[in-house]
Amino acid sequence: MNRALAGLGALALLTLPLWLASPYHLHVVIMAGIFTILALSLNLLLGYTGQLSLGHAAFFGIGAYTSSLLALKLEWSFWLGLPAAAALAGLAGWAIGRLALKLRGAYFVLVTISFAGVISLVSVNWMELTNGPLGLPGVPAPELPGLSLRTKPAYYYLVLLAAAGAYLVCRRLVRSRVGRAFLALRENEALAESVGVDPTRTLVTAAVVSAALAGVAGSLYAHYTRFVSPEVFLFSYTVTMVIMVVAGGKGTLAGPVVGAVLFTVLPEALREAMAWQWQMLAYGVLLVLLVFFLPRGIVPTLTGWRR
Amino acid sequence: MATLAVQDLAVEFGGVTALAGVSFEVRPGTITSLIGPNGAGKTTAFNAITGYLRARRGRVTLDGRPLTGLRPCDIAERGVVRTFQKTSVFPALSVRDNVLIGLHLRGRSGLLGILAGRRAVAEEEARLAGDAQGLIAFVGLEHRRGELAGALPYGEQRLVEVAVALAARPRLLLLDEPAAGMTGGEKDGLIALVRRVREQGVTVFLVEHDMRLVMGISETVIVLNHGRVIAEGPPAAIQAHPDVIRAYLGSARA
Repeated sequence: MNRALAGLGALALLTLPLWLASPYHLHVVIMAGIFTILALSLNLLLGYTGQLSLGHAAFFGIGAYTSSLLALKLEWSFWLGLPAAAALAGLAGWAIGRLALKLRGAYFVLVTISFAGVISLVSVNWMELTNGPLGLPGVPAPELPGLSLRTKPAYYYLVLLAAAGAYLVCRRLVRSRVGRAFLALRENEALAESVGVDPTRTLVTAAVVSAALAGVAGSLYAHYTRFVSPEVFLFSYTVTMVIMVVAGGKGTLAGPVVGAVLFTVLPEALREAMAWQWQMLAYGVLLVLLVFFLPRGIVPTLTGWRR
Repeated sequence: MATLAVQDLAVEFGGVTALAGVSFEVRPGTITSLIGPNGAGKTTAFNAITGYLRARRGRVTLDGRPLTGLRPCDIAERGVVRTFQKTSVFPALSVRDNVLIGLHLRGRSGLLGILAGRRAVAEEEARLAGDAQGLIAFVGLEHRRGELAGALPYGEQRLVEVAVALAARPRLLLLDEPAAGMTGGEKDGLIALVRRVREQGVTVFLVEHDMRLVMGISETVIVLNHGRVIAEGPPAAIQAHPDVIRAYLGSARA
């Protein structure tokens, strides 16, 4: 039964551009895919190690700028720019993890917020490199031999592949001894240390993988919209990611996926359903209801404690 | 088997002396107990030995190798594993996952191998799962394997703690008040368990208030009072020691 459902779901995803003809709807789905990667990434830190990164948009933005700049200034192919974006964002994650060496909880939150603030200021002020607030237009679409991924259906498959890859990375990780060490830190750090879990190393590992995934999402976003500006560092991106993870169910694999799809589609659905004055109000009311009735998130509530 | 040697260990909290330079030894293969009235410095000694507290001065060695200044996770790697006075499990995880975390040091898989999905990683997982199964059986919690550790009755949570600590394959196991809050029957089970742990070649060092338990299983008892060692010896000698009686009861026959 479960297998049949999964097969049906996979079939629906693989054929989606065939039956979802509207480019606008396809655009929403592509954004949902990019946000799925972001939510999965944030969930590694927030859901598994229990540390809230409120500067997650910084890793997203670093990824977006890295592969855009490499493409525009050095004419690197997207296929090299994407891993470079992951690597540079991962390096930033490593630095944050090291900085947050002894900092947990509120202090970790503050470090990540400050980091995002600094990076955002750099992107606004380093005119020669980033073109400042005007941003960088003309980021090229990815190319395959004989095929440009300029069209939405083609880009949809790229994002689908990346999101599936991100999901696989998270799944392998959380079901391993490294992922269990993440959980151990969240649940009881002193006890974790007593059996040999190195808190610093574990937290740094989580931060690096999480940041690298966010970097991938950033690169995908930049080459999709083909434009990058300091807007990628917006705090509202981070807030959206947190909402997706918490509402979907932090500390579960499916939670961030459900949250990302729901909270990408919801604002668009509201836009079609009602006048703009009511959209944010409805969004807020829905969010409050969700947190009130499903405090653990959608996925944990639906599955009970089966993991 | 391991020998723990503590020399002149001193700990202060903001000018208040918790340990005023204590020295003692835990001989390999023994069950040794650390007792003393409340506030004598027993848990402080445990915390300083296992790296949770920085000592003001003094030396702690395991088989001659210094532990002083190492982090708790490094000390665990050297083979010294402790439990906590307050019940301490990973509450939202199953008993099985609790023990699997305890097995952390017995795994070798690194990040890249895990992400690449190497076959060695899966083989190691299967081996660890088997080990976990064995440890859960060893403490007698097979029937609780899939339940959340935080939802178990108190006595069983303490058994989870022991299983988690044993999973780290200690040479020296420090138990901080393992019997606190246990019923009489549970205590008997614990005594048998501690003996079986020792039979496996693990040296056991425990802080405990239950005198029947302490005197029943220890080869050596060390008595702390006001941050100093006031007596050390076999249980019978300790029970008759005038300084110990005075420390526990105030002045004897006043």
